[in-house]
Amino acid sequence: MSPHLNAVAQGAEIPAPHIEYGQLGPMLLVFGVAIAGVLVEAFVGRSWRYAVQVPLTFLGLFGGFVWTVVLAVTEEPFHVAAMGALGVDGPTLFLQGAILILALVSLLLIAERQQAHFTAQASALPGSEAEQETMAAGITQTEIFPLLMFAVGGMLMFPAANDLLTMFVALEVLSLPLYLLCGLARRRRLLSQEAAVKYFLLGAFSSAFFLYGAALLYGYAGSVRLSVIAAQIERDTGSETLLLAGVALLSVGLLFKIGAVPFHMWKPDVYQGAPTPITALMASCTMVSAFGALLRVYYVGLEKLAWEWRPAMWGVAILTMVAGAVIAITQTDIKRMLAYSSIAHAGFLLTAVVAIPDAAAASAKGLAGALFYLAAYGFTTIGAFAVITMVRDAGGEAGHLSRWAGLGKRSPVVAGIFAFFLLAFAGIPLTSGFTGKFAVFQAAVDAGATPLVVVGVLASAIAAFFYVRVIVVMFFSEPEADGPTVVAAPATAAAVALGLTATVVLGVLPQPMLDLAGHAASQLFVR
Amino acid sequence: MSPGHYLALSAILFTIGAVGVLVRRNAIVVFMCVELMLNATNLAFVTFARQHGNLDGQIIAFFVMVVAAAEVVVGLAIIMTIFRTRRSSSVDDANLLKY
Repeated sequence: MSPHLNAVAQGAEIPAPHIEYGQLGPMLLVFGVAIAGVLVEAFVGRSWRYAVQVPLTFLGLFGGFVWTVVLAVTEEPFHVAAMGALGVDGPTLFLQGAILILALVSLLLIAERQQAHFTAQASALPGSEAEQETMAAGITQTEIFPLLMFAVGGMLMFPAANDLLTMFVALEVLSLPLYLLCGLARRRRLLSQEAAVKYFLLGAFSSAFFLYGAALLYGYAGSVRLSVIAAQIERDTGSETLLLAGVALLSVGLLFKIGAVPFHMWKPDVYQGAPTPITALMASCTMVSAFGALLRVYYVGLEKLAWEWRPAMWGVAILTMVAGAVIAITQTDIKRMLAYSSIAHAGFLLTAVVAIPDAAAASAKGLAGALFYLAAYGFTTIGAFAVITMVRDAGGEAGHLSRWAGLGKRSPVVAGIFAFFLLAFAGIPLTSGFTGKFAVFQAAVDAGATPLVVVGVLASAIAAFFYVRVIVVMFFSEPEADGPTVVAAPATAAAVALGLTATVVLGVLPQPMLDLAGHAASQLFVR
Repeated sequence: MSPGHYLALSAILFTIGAVGVLVRRNAIVVFMCVELMLNATNLAFVTFARQHGNLDGQIIAFFVMVVAAAEVVVGLAIIMTIFRTRRSSSVDDANLLKY
């Protein structure tokens, strides 16, 4: 028994844990604003709620971002906080900053008022009188803002979690609000509800795997702390069965969250069914957060075990890149196509995980590549989904690809911007997608994973085919007579502009951002 | 009984839960199977806590229970909504999103 337990057994007071509030500020601020948002729902009159919630959410996210920047600039951010439960280090602060800024851009879409994306009342049955009444009364469901903040809080905690229990709690805190948000679309509510049920059941299933993996690793090392597990692996004592089974189950949970094949089944359904602003949030922030957690587990906890898991990760990365790119070709729904494209991008990012070698310098290179890729991809994907919300017909968003025919003739600017985003996804030079892909592939080549990079380049070529197909449909086919119109609401247009700016700047002048990612990654994750 | 027996029981319960998720059709039953998996995990945690002689595993079991309770709230809300819309809680009926 540890001395603490003896002290407790003798009736002494339990020592209070030491918490570094200043270093955990961004997370605490976001969670605080989320709770304040719940109170606003309870005490502020219905007509005022929207006007209170939006600035509150904005301030929470923006304040968190500023705090993160201050932490990164002023202090030497390389230590564990909250009794070792959370790591505050370069990569984590970079990821948290990226999540907060991407959440701010998503907030522009979520808060868009001119064309509401969210149901007036989730409890009113689709097509019922109650629904029509609430719609006519102009009610909006403002609970989305606190839910968003809880989800973002969980996302900030997920890559920072330094032990598997904290990581599990963060995983649930980020997932549970997202399950609900998925089911709140204003139009096509059946699809939206179906997406929520599927996401929920599969998400709960995968987090049970994550947890059982954590239990087995606890059995192996006697602690869920990643550094203790790493030390135990180095000592090479204990049951190898527990270790390998634990790592496998834990990886299932993590790979599910990033949507790697064969755990990708939820992604197309959920991305298509969810309200498009939430899809944008999931495709950017959740991806950044889940990838951060994956990197932390493999860098901090399982680095010494690389020989065991690297072949499996090769397989998953190849499957993910190829399956994502090939299946996307057959898609006819634009959101679903971008979901498969997001799966392919998860595969490209996994090549950076494979690049975790034994040498720290090359390892930092892979990490820096992944960090840059995540930030760049996040901006592009939010911009692309924002454009999708703009192209509308009588039934809401025009999701089917055939409806996009001739958009280039009707509204050349919007179609041109969308084409640019697609080219960035494809990784054409002078876009951020090219720089990101180059960075992760280069790190993988340095780590001796050249065959993987060859597969990656081939998958990129396949992916380029369906991106270009959309461009051809938009610019080289005749518009339908009753085709969709482009509605440029102010906040959505701002989100598109931000996504476009980031994609151009990170493509043309990537060096400052690469330096930032390199600097963040040079510290590696704290143990 | 040795801790090994408890671990075997936990593995069996986890497997029953996982198989249940895969074969059952009612969303509520699927969800109950997920809960069974979480509880199997709890059993593994407390057994390992006993084996290692530290309390971490027992504390973790409490956290898991709280998280599972929160998950029930969200899950039942989602399943209720889709049941009211479709008059069915079968996961096979929710088939609009595919391919």
